[in-house]
Amino acid sequence: MEGLGNEGLGYLGAGIAAGLAALGAGLGIGQIAGSAAEGTARNPEATADIRTTMIIAAALIEGVALFGEVIAVLLVLK
Amino acid sequence: MKRFRALRTRDIVRIAVLIMPLLFGVGALAYAAPAQEPGAAAAHGEEEHGSAGDVIMHHLLDSNVMAFEPFGEFELPKIVVGGFDISITRHVLFMWIAAVILLLVFGYVGSKYKSIGNRQAPGGLANAMEALVEFIRLDVAKSNIGEGYEKHMPYLLTVFVFILVLNLLGLVPYGATATGNINVTLTLSVFTFLITQVSAIKAHGIKGYLAHLTAGTHWALWIIMIPIEVIGLFTKPFALTIRLFANMTAGHIVILSLIFISFIMKSYLVAIFLSVPFSIFIYLLEIFIAFLQAFIFTMLSALFIGLASSHESHEAEAAH
Repeated sequence: MEGLGNEGLGYLGAGIAAGLAALGAGLGIGQIAGSAAEGTARNPEATADIRTTMIIAAALIEGVALFGEVIAVLLVLK
Repeated sequence: MKRFRALRTRDIVRIAVLIMPLLFGVGALAYAAPAQEPGAAAAHGEEEHGSAGDVIMHHLLDSNVMAFEPFGEFELPKIVVGGFDISITRHVLFMWIAAVILLLVFGYVGSKYKSIGNRQAPGGLANAMEALVEFIRLDVAKSNIGEGYEKHMPYLLTVFVFILVLNLLGLVPYGATATGNINVTLTLSVFTFLITQVSAIKAHGIKGYLAHLTAGTHWALWIIMIPIEVIGLFTKPFALTIRLFANMTAGHIVILSLIFISFIMKSYLVAIFLSVPFSIFIYLLEIFIAFLQAFIFTMLSALFIGLASSHESHEAEAAH
């Protein structure tokens, strides 16, 4: 296990952090898209409003996921 | 012999759309030209331009050198005033280019409105910009801020089109994304923060503003309530900063990494079937994200201004 020095652990942590952030974003946005599809199916007249809300919520969740990515990049650069 | 009809605009558009991937492929290769040497030289262990990671970092970070890769480069002036480095870097240059573009476009549109007057609907560019301005005025400013939204319209419109133009300028070849620099996004968030606090003080007065920091709890809780509220004041602009910065930077990292995959693998098969199609898809996604992030920044700014300067709900609560 000689490759597992401080730098190696840093890279490992960065990889896990980025993966978990992407996982969280995928789950969250998937739920939003599912609810949006269901809402549109129930009420096709509100499609435009639901679509706008969905896009806004997706962008906000993606912002949170990118916080995690930024920390991963900081880990790799240090 | 069959008769061919004349070539119409929509046929030309269809042909252009079909050969667009080829053009993007050529453009992507020209963009990634500096990575060819490390692709060949890395096999020998010596590196002239650096590894792919270094080239990616060089494309993303600010620098004094404006490089047009196969043609040459020129260096931008360094200006140091009293210990502060205010030299003109690539991101500063692109912010100036965006400012000039905005002044030209909206100056033209404004003068068009003055010359047409009230009687006719404007055509062309003025019409398109009117759709944009109306969208921001109604859906973003009025619905979030409520009354008194006209005061904040100039700032919201400026911030929207400025961020939009900066994001899009980063996507053209040889362009650099100034919003991918955290200092730029931090400055824009600080503007939003200052406008939010000033409009809160104007709406509630200093006493009301400080009263909001305690959020109507018992005075014994103030000692933990006030630090939490103060931190809460600062997290919102911080989130705005990081969201815009990380979206732009991450998008460019993905595009560059996909392009460089074909150089690292050194195989034509990977290039044709993996690198170029995925790069095109992510490029188109990046165009969408450029618009979306500008809209989200503007909408959240309007939301924070509206929350900070809201009038009615507090009197209703105090009446209970």
